[in-house]
Amino acid sequence: MAEQPAIEPMHQFLIHKIWDGPVFQLGGLTVDMSITNSVASMIAGAVILVLFFALTAKGQIVPNRAQALAEGLYNIVDKVLVTPIIGHGGKPYIPYLFTLFMIILVLNLMGVVFAIGNLGGLSLTFTVTSQLAVTATLAVLTFFSVFILGFIKHGPKFLGLFAPSGMPLPLLIFMVPIEMISYFVRPVTLAMRLFGNMLGGHVVMSLFGSFVVALGIVALSGGLASLAFIPSVLSFGMIVGLTGLELVVAILQAFVFTALATVYLNEVVNFGHGH
Amino acid sequence: MEAEAAKLIGAGLATSGMIGAGIGLGSLFGNYLQDAIRNPSAAASQQTMLFLGMALTETMGLFSFVVSLIILFG
Repeated sequence: MAEQPAIEPMHQFLIHKIWDGPVFQLGGLTVDMSITNSVASMIAGAVILVLFFALTAKGQIVPNRAQALAEGLYNIVDKVLVTPIIGHGGKPYIPYLFTLFMIILVLNLMGVVFAIGNLGGLSLTFTVTSQLAVTATLAVLTFFSVFILGFIKHGPKFLGLFAPSGMPLPLLIFMVPIEMISYFVRPVTLAMRLFGNMLGGHVVMSLFGSFVVALGIVALSGGLASLAFIPSVLSFGMIVGLTGLELVVAILQAFVFTALATVYLNEVVNFGHGH
Repeated sequence: MEAEAAKLIGAGLATSGMIGAGIGLGSLFGNYLQDAIRNPSAAASQQTMLFLGMALTETMGLFSFVVSLIILFG
């Protein structure tokens, strides 16, 4: 029997250095400027984003294909999310929400579309959004921007968010801590959702990928074991289907992250308007 | 029982939290589809809320997934 390749679905999420950069101390913190595969993927994503904006920012009256795509993406944030949820008061925040949407969309899609490079056991590509550190950064940035904006716009009155109006005092004692917990758990859920979706989908894809190889090697030993070709081919079909599903999830999660940021922003912009 | 075996069993048991998320998602999409068939003109306007509800429900399942990852690799 041929030697089995190890099934390691988590291997694709390992961070390793590609280029050793300078390491120095800065105020007691160790700063490592090395380029890892995560950093390289982020740079590639940034280049794609900048190229995309550079190619589509030239506004023409009759849009070409790239501009039509960019306008479609913009309309997802403007016409589908901000205008129906916040209203016209949300216009100033569209640049931030659109940037958030584009970053997550490009990084998610890079993880799925370029995942072909991972099939042969090569770690050419890396899904940046499958790292909790990255998603937590985006979530914390969004959450605290919104929270601080609430205090800038409404002052200390904004703390009334934790006390639902028309609540009798004895109930309020219990409600305020519950409201506070459910409010401050938001960045955690925001980060976990994106992280869990990207990680989970890629683990399942990788597992089915290793089934194809492992069962194929069993089948090659001949005789009755040739029957193992059947599940091997079925697993390959599963990968094809899962890749399509992962494309949907990648787009949907970028949408959902932006939608939740919009909903949180709505509480601040329309604070005190019967919400 | 060995500690390593208990860890693996625990990680598997932790994913049983996904049962609830599965029921929730099924009820969410089932109800949406039912009412979208009854009143197709209102269906498109509620799609954003559908995906928001999906995201919030799904998080509960993902929490159990993350807990099982913490047990396995933490």
